[in-house]
Amino acid sequence: MKRLLARHETYIFGIIVVFSIIITAINPNFLTLENAFDILKSNAFTGIMAIGVLFVLISGGIDISFAATATIAEYLTVLICLRVGGSMLFAFFSALVIGIILGAVNGYLIDRFAVPPIITTIATMNLYYGLLIVFSKGRWIYALPQYFRTFADIRVITLYTAEGLPYGLSIVTALWFVLMVLSAGLLFYTRLGRSIYAVGGDAISAKRVGVSVKMVRIFVYAFMGAMASVAGIVQALLVQAVAPNSIVGKELNVIAAVVLGGASLAGGVGTVSGMFLGVMLLAIVQNGMTLMRVPAVWYDVFVGLVILFSVGSSSWKVKKEKVGTFIDIEPLSPPMVQEGGR
Amino acid sequence: MVSGDSSITMQSSFLSMQQINKRYTGVQALFDVDFDIQAGEIHCLAGTNGSGKSTLIKIICGVERADAGATITIGDSVYTQLSRKDALQHGIQVIYQDLSLFPNLTVQENISIGDTMSGSKRFISWKQSRTIAIQAMEQIGIALPLDKKVAHLSMADQQLVAISRALTKDVRLLIMDEPTTALTKKEVDALLSVIKDLNKKGVATLFISHKLNELMTVANRITVLRDGKKIGCYQASDIDAKKLEYLMTGTTSSYTPYTLNKERAGTPVLCCTKLSKKDNFHDIDLTVYPGEIVGITGLLGSGRTELAHSLFGLNPPTSGTCTINGEPVALKSVQEAVSMGVACVPENRLSDGLVLDQSISKNIVMTILDNHLSSLGLLDDEGLHEKVLEYVEALQIKISSPSSAVKTLSGGNQQRVVLAKWIATNPTLFILDNPTVGIDVAAKSSIHSIIKALAEEGMAVLIISDEIAEVLYNCNRVLVMNRGRIIGEFDSSSTTENDIQAFIDFHAM
Repeated sequence: MKRLLARHETYIFGIIVVFSIIITAINPNFLTLENAFDILKSNAFTGIMAIGVLFVLISGGIDISFAATATIAEYLTVLICLRVGGSMLFAFFSALVIGIILGAVNGYLIDRFAVPPIITTIATMNLYYGLLIVFSKGRWIYALPQYFRTFADIRVITLYTAEGLPYGLSIVTALWFVLMVLSAGLLFYTRLGRSIYAVGGDAISAKRVGVSVKMVRIFVYAFMGAMASVAGIVQALLVQAVAPNSIVGKELNVIAAVVLGGASLAGGVGTVSGMFLGVMLLAIVQNGMTLMRVPAVWYDVFVGLVILFSVGSSSWKVKKEKVGTFIDIEPLSPPMVQEGGR
Repeated sequence: MVSGDSSITMQSSFLSMQQINKRYTGVQALFDVDFDIQAGEIHCLAGTNGSGKSTLIKIICGVERADAGATITIGDSVYTQLSRKDALQHGIQVIYQDLSLFPNLTVQENISIGDTMSGSKRFISWKQSRTIAIQAMEQIGIALPLDKKVAHLSMADQQLVAISRALTKDVRLLIMDEPTTALTKKEVDALLSVIKDLNKKGVATLFISHKLNELMTVANRITVLRDGKKIGCYQASDIDAKKLEYLMTGTTSSYTPYTLNKERAGTPVLCCTKLSKKDNFHDIDLTVYPGEIVGITGLLGSGRTELAHSLFGLNPPTSGTCTINGEPVALKSVQEAVSMGVACVPENRLSDGLVLDQSISKNIVMTILDNHLSSLGLLDDEGLHEKVLEYVEALQIKISSPSSAVKTLSGGNQQRVVLAKWIATNPTLFILDNPTVGIDVAAKSSIHSIIKALAEEGMAVLIISDEIAEVLYNCNRVLVMNRGRIIGEFDSSSTTENDIQAFIDFHAM
């Protein structure tokens, strides 16, 4: 119990519960299975990118370019699928190849030239996104292949409303969950996963125990690219259209969700469960505001407040712990004051 | 205690090196150094900062390569250059001076990480990791909480974690760079007994330490380096602290105890009455007059550092009163303390006392920027530059240029920069928390002379130190703290080191 209380996740979960109670009190439709499935589906896109961001943050880096990567993977894949045909499996494969290449380029540049990752990825974001706009001329793609539509409609669990309408757990939610479980396993049970924490904790120390810091860095950015590209396809599935400009601009919200979930921008800290709760907290705020009929323009204000409050309260707790060591000041025997020695 | 090698039969050489040269741009760090260490031997490497000790260590563990012409023999293998991987394969383990731990990971994972990262396993067995950690800690007789993050441990506990970690592997040669700086006597004794155990199993130990006494009691042989040259390799039994100091520095120094010239009279610089801080210290009565150097010693965790932090406004006390130069102070903020003329040199100069990446001059003038503003409120660069040169000259800080980064300096020179930074504020009360930790013998005594000179000019100084010798020979009074209380006071002119050690040991039981 005490250990549970000490965890950041517990705080975020508490805040989610409080919000849920408030929202339900105003609009009981919030606390329905249908709404829950809906939130999980519409946030699969953010959530999958968040997995990649989590890895990068744990390794002590940061990536700003992943939204651009996601867009390129999405746009190119759909173009390829339209031109040469394919299948859903091929679409994911093609996107992954593009995402991994773009991500690995980030990782290589960051390691090779020791440019701070934020600068490198701001540069590559502009480069990737700029090239996409130049070559796509900003054109939207509306007519997606038929299998994009059929795949998006798959439900892993199907239930029916009182009116007989089907609803359930979408395939994209299932995909998100599978990726989270695999990532959590990778982080916790593999040498690679522990190397990522080690590099984030202290890169020099990691080198001294035989971790290849270079490979770890390239891996996390390539992994970020992979997650971004999967998220790009999920976005196409959810929206059923591809716009070159629809994802870019959402980077900071994804990073905020991951930090909200307990990952540290200083590196070395973060969990998949925390990241999930962070994504859900922001999702619930957004969904709840809609259900409470708060004008959408207030959304950013609330997100800002929620982040300040959650991150602030848990950091404050850590700060309080650090101040003042405990010394057992009760004397064992009666104090003996000795003047002048011998 | 085993001293000398009479009780140990020397077997084959574990490692021997000939013709080790190392040239960095412009500086020859090592000249034709030969070195050898036997299996099961405790060998000490002694030398002042800049003598080439660390370079030699780096070559032995494969972090740096020797220049062409070297021969390095380990067992049957002969190398001209040794890589880190080769060194690890031969079981050469290092406990680094900066510990090289992972603050974000638990004690357990820090200890077992060598096992996790080596070999061909791709998956982690947390059960095995736990066993490794527990066994390693048992070797030195400690039991730290396995699931605690290392960042939340005290410096001494972190050091124990680093030591435990080096003991997990198939270690054949254990290299320790200043392993005992933050340990208490009890922990040092436990560590020394482990080292002796390891030696019985044929593990060689190479020790670097600035604490001369420590070296003498455990070592079989001592290799002394000075200015990159090997002065010689001596049997520890043939050598005493005085001679070793001479070999290391080329001169002999003598301690002159500090005596107070004037009477303790007038307005005390510091006067605390019943100062207490919950869970830190209790009922501290402390009066310090101008020109006094008062030493505070006691075991780690006795509340000394916490008291120093309180006097500097970092750790506001919960009750009691305090006056500085006769004026009552609340001790609620550092700004207040500084404006009252208090200066404080922290225990950990690297993390708390310096901005390592910034230049020497920026570090020195950091505290006095407000006094050097032009009428427009901009910094008076020329005035500041003069100040920097003045302090570099006065404290004899050896630098290539005031604009080079502080991290390029040796420990002793770094500490001089910290001193300069605070002396620049003209403090009336100067608090120094372990001012010579990790600083070599020569630099140490020059820092002590600086402190004494300041006190002679009328500054009141409070020195906190683990080393009884340091407080005894540099202070006119020595206070002993234990469990947050001042339990004894000694006049340094009529006390010996043994008196104080016995007093501490008696109360620590």
